[in-house]
Amino acid sequence: MVYLTRKLEFSASHWYHNPALSAEENKRIFGKCNNPHGHGHNYTLEVTVAGDPDPVTGMVLDLKELKEILEREITQRMDHRFLNYEVEELKGQIPTCENIAQAIWKLLEPKIQKGRLHKVRLYETPDLFAECYRNGVHPV
Amino acid sequence: MKDGLKIELGRRYRFSASHRLHSEKLSEEENQRVYGKCNNPHGHGHNYVVEVSVSGTADPATGMIANLGDLDAFVEREVIEPFDHKLLNEEVAAFRESVPTTENLCKEIYQRLKHFPKAKLERVRVEETSNNAFEYAGEEL
Repeated sequence: MVYLTRKLEFSASHWYHNPALSAEENKRIFGKCNNPHGHGHNYTLEVTVAGDPDPVTGMVLDLKELKEILEREITQRMDHRFLNYEVEELKGQIPTCENIAQAIWKLLEPKIQKGRLHKVRLYETPDLFAECYRNGVHPV
Repeated sequence: MKDGLKIELGRRYRFSASHRLHSEKLSEEENQRVYGKCNNPHGHGHNYVVEVSVSGTADPATGMIANLGDLDAFVEREVIEPFDHKLLNEEVAAFRESVPTTENLCKEIYQRLKHFPKAKLERVRVEETSNNAFEYAGEEL
């Protein structure tokens, strides 16, 4: 089994706010992330696909194809967007790194037909990231 | 989680410390041969990076596995404050018994962080320099 990883970057804004909580609780839990004007990050996404290289092409999957999937599913959907309001998959959720990583997993998994999606790692800053993978799989 | 997905949160921290690699179980010559310039009796230092990964369920109310403020405060208290700008051999009790290689440092940090009450510690990765990194995930693997 070989694991191949492709990176991409996108920039987006968000804010953390739970309408079921009071203004004071929101402020206490989310701190400066609770600013209603939102704030932004340069996100870095690493997508890892696992599979055996095809004996004819030597590829797990064509990187060009993966690039197109990522462009269509992630960049077009999330790049330069306000994640709370403009991304259907995140509506009703707090767009934390954990929730965005999980939404990205759910978008990509059915689209990757050769090999299988192994891991998604999303950096919100160079020092903070979330990972999503199948239970019971070692997160190489 | 019920959809079979596992979510981890990773956070990177930094501290600077000095150490000397020297084993009481080896002779002077062997220490010199095994550890080379790291055996310098005056010690030397590194800017360490500690990457901490925890897992759990994202709380539906907050979208978070663990509040970063809680994780930061815990790591600060258990690791950064006792290790930063210290001579590891002398000032961290565990390294009076064992050599403060980054392998042992990684295990010591794991032991200190595994009791984090808000999420499950998955692994600790320590970068001694930008070219050397070590990971420890407990003995279950």
